[in-house]
Amino acid sequence: MMETAHFLLDGVAVPFAEGQTILEAARAAGRYIPHLCWHPDFPPHGSCKLCIVAVGGRHLSACATPAVDGAVVASDVPEINAERRALLQMLFVEGNHFCPSCEKSGLCQLQALASELGMTTPRFNHFYPDRPVDASHPDVLLDFNRCIYCELCVRASRDQDGKSVFALTNRGIHKHLVVNAESGRLGDTDFAADDVAAGICPVGVILRKRVGFAVPIGSRTYDTRPISAVSMDREEP
Amino acid sequence: MPRSAALEAELAMQACGRRPEHLLQMLIRLQEVFGHLPPEALTRLAAVLGLPRARIEGVAGFYSFLHTRPVGRYRLLFPDNIIDRMLGVPRLMDRICRNLWIEPGLLSEDGLVSADTTSCIGMGDQGPSMLVNGRSLTALDDARADALCERIRAGEPLSAWPAEWFAVADNIRRRDMLLSAPPVPGEALAAAQARGRAAWLDEMHASGLRGRGGAGFATARKWQACRDAAGERRVVVCNADEGEPGTFKDRVLLTRMADAVFEGMTLAAWAVGADQGFLYLRGEYRYLRAPLQAVLEARRSAGLLGHHIRGVDGFDFDIEIHLGAGAYVCGEESALLESLEGRRGTPRIRPPFPVTHGYLGRPTVVNNVETLAACCLVAIHGGAWFAGHGSAASSGSKLLSVSGDVARPGVYEYPFGVRVREVLDDAGAVDTLAVQLGGAAGIMLAEHEFDRRIGFEDLPTAGALMVFDGRRDPFEVAANFVRFFAHESCGFCTPCRVGTQLLAGYMDKLAAGNGSFRDLADIEWLDRLLKNASHCGLGSSAPNPVIDGLRNFRPAFERRLKNADFQPAFDLDKALERARQMTGRDDAEAHLDNSPERP
Amino acid sequence: MSGEAKLKVATVSLAGCFGCHMSLLDMDERIIELLEHVEFERSPLTDIKRVGRCDIGLIEGGVCNAENVQVLREFRRCCHTLVALGACAVNGGLPAQRNHLDVGQCLQAVYLSRQGLAGGRVPDDPELPLPLDKVHPVHEVVRIDYFLPGCPPSGELIFTFLSDLIRGRSPRLGHPALRYD
Repeated sequence: MMETAHFLLDGVAVPFAEGQTILEAARAAGRYIPHLCWHPDFPPHGSCKLCIVAVGGRHLSACATPAVDGAVVASDVPEINAERRALLQMLFVEGNHFCPSCEKSGLCQLQALASELGMTTPRFNHFYPDRPVDASHPDVLLDFNRCIYCELCVRASRDQDGKSVFALTNRGIHKHLVVNAESGRLGDTDFAADDVAAGICPVGVILRKRVGFAVPIGSRTYDTRPISAVSMDREEP
Repeated sequence: MPRSAALEAELAMQACGRRPEHLLQMLIRLQEVFGHLPPEALTRLAAVLGLPRARIEGVAGFYSFLHTRPVGRYRLLFPDNIIDRMLGVPRLMDRICRNLWIEPGLLSEDGLVSADTTSCIGMGDQGPSMLVNGRSLTALDDARADALCERIRAGEPLSAWPAEWFAVADNIRRRDMLLSAPPVPGEALAAAQARGRAAWLDEMHASGLRGRGGAGFATARKWQACRDAAGERRVVVCNADEGEPGTFKDRVLLTRMADAVFEGMTLAAWAVGADQGFLYLRGEYRYLRAPLQAVLEARRSAGLLGHHIRGVDGFDFDIEIHLGAGAYVCGEESALLESLEGRRGTPRIRPPFPVTHGYLGRPTVVNNVETLAACCLVAIHGGAWFAGHGSAASSGSKLLSVSGDVARPGVYEYPFGVRVREVLDDAGAVDTLAVQLGGAAGIMLAEHEFDRRIGFEDLPTAGALMVFDGRRDPFEVAANFVRFFAHESCGFCTPCRVGTQLLAGYMDKLAAGNGSFRDLADIEWLDRLLKNASHCGLGSSAPNPVIDGLRNFRPAFERRLKNADFQPAFDLDKALERARQMTGRDDAEAHLDNSPERP
Repeated sequence: MSGEAKLKVATVSLAGCFGCHMSLLDMDERIIELLEHVEFERSPLTDIKRVGRCDIGLIEGGVCNAENVQVLREFRRCCHTLVALGACAVNGGLPAQRNHLDVGQCLQAVYLSRQGLAGGRVPDDPELPLPLDKVHPVHEVVRIDYFLPGCPPSGELIFTFLSDLIRGRSPRLGHPALRYD
């Protein structure tokens, strides 16, 4: 008989402390649940939905669902992984994700997750939106084509840097990132390359200038180790 | 000479209070002055409020009725719910736009007028309707359309337009327990107070009253959870963001029985110990704000709001009206709370639920307009009396907003348990093909289901009942709702933001006659994803019209399919048009057959 | 597998750079092994211009012009199994990065307004395929059965993938083989 409260994750008992979410408890037990908008330094956000798990027939965000004693949770199962692949496909077709010409390639969580989950095709029709880049800042480039709206930069800049450089505006498929300046240019904000927000983007939107492609192909973070392993060490790619 | 943006920002703040949670109200107020929200006004607002400008831009961009770019001095909005389309609104829109030489979505060169479409404006029973500068114009016909163009060209202010153009009839067609006897102001409150606070909540438990917004959560349980939650300064919110396409019964309640609604809020405040109340009024019903303010003022004068309500020491409660600004998702209670706090209307992660962590983190009750009005009946007649009406699991009555192919559109009140067929007969529906119950998020019923009963046991509904007769195409109905959800998605979660857009794309593809059997499989896969993975009810409801459509009216979808296993979503020949223009070519090789299957 | 009739494979490069074909050759001596099971039909490797009935078609590159559409459709008609090979076939790739530009303005910039061009005109020879307004991945134009991303997918991966198809085994791709660059 178990001493502590626990739930079953893909058939294996995972203990948890009161108030822990499914994702946190799983992670503490060394079990990876895919995610993009979740980060250990921030409260759950629940927007990317990659951490979806099946709990008693309902599909819930593991990052936002409190662990419950005795719950039966399915994560790494074909049905859930198929839904995750479809969510990745949605993220790939709504933006412009051209990995070969992206300096975040090999360091990108979206790409790494798609690889691990076996996404071979974006499947749906591409939206090919027109999103100009913002190169106005001396040290940092913004390439909005790759934004997945995880709001990690919004949260990091607000909660850790105390600057609130980023926000989202508009809604639905027209939702997009804006910066804290009337001109709309990053160069007119107080953003700095050593801000926490400058290093937190899981994809290739916020890029420090003059360091791109520095790591050779084959040695990049996700070239050798899958995201399920890397993610358990640390969050930033 | 126009006043400066800075000055106006000051004035807006003075008018609305200086707290960040008033941001949305300030933006609405600023726009009233400028017509739109100029960049420098946002900057100024940020400086004075001490908020990041980006956050203000984020809020301004979220709501359909806020404009960060110039719009016409006359802003024409034409509702495009399927009912409005059936009433001929698109044709009238076309007529007006041609008359005024304008293109939908674009501002006229002289800055005089701009026109666009909008979601349902809650006037489905009023004949063809539209919004001009936020005011509802009803019973449009060709003559009225032409006449309003004249007045616009002449630059005549709306205040000088004929009052009957703005008349909104209540169209109450059937009364039951709620509509037949509006309570005298204070009557319900007196009855509840006579019982005592705890006994009043017991009465609510006994009534079995369930939320009229659709979900049907027991009202007393919600109140009790709020009362028992840890925290200070409880809040009561009336959800008057009646955005579900095809519904308008709250409009009628707010017009006819505003006292009962406010009294219901006060009854809730008494039960849970709240001192602050909000009525969140959808932007489309802005014309109701002034009369509602007058009712609030009268209630304050009568000692029914404010300090020591009805002389009871420690019973302090007042109500503010907050306006929405064109965002269907704000009908979801946690999104509504975000909006009340002056933020983007993004639904929150739940738990925690609003009863423990609601407005500004305080314990908060959010109830529907109709639910609150019905509370008065419980107070006056007692819980047992109320529970004696309706059906076992659905006590009381339900207001239905009936529109579409019926002889008598309007509001119908029935005891719960009424069959759909009886409503159709009363409304004068003939040759009914389909009934959409519960709005776009609801359920599409076919003839074999018309004997089902309205109530939580069988067909729960917030009350919209749209009727389609044999002339209509169920595919068009479903496609209209799918486009609605794509337009109204807040964009927070991946499945809803992208999935509603993809679904709309498939419906467009089918509508253009380019569908393949493979598309139906894709649609059903997307339906499943939206149901399973969405963050809130908007996303999980978005596929309902298609799911029901494919269940009950599959041939209407299938006849749109080409007999092919695959068909591109885009017009291949049209994709060469630009290159043909540039080269001047029109030879055979400069064209592509869109249907390679054909010889 | 020996003794059985060889599978016919056709390949083509549409809006691609032939990098995926280079990668195909990059499997080195294993191409000999492969040729025990397959014979190449229409392909830049054989210089056969028309495609006959084939078992497998490999498509490199996206669809950027009218000719690409015709060729892709011909492959779909003739090939039992059609494979999108490489990043451009899978999502449009580099050529699709023109998709936010107006193709008319592109033609104008290249043939009419570029410095040093006197009296230039947009070529209108019917022999030249007209460009589409946007570059599309192949799955947006015809039904595709399998996808092998990568820029390019390695020769080894192509070999494994084809071996799977030949043996009737579902190709399974994941980390680290499955990559998009």
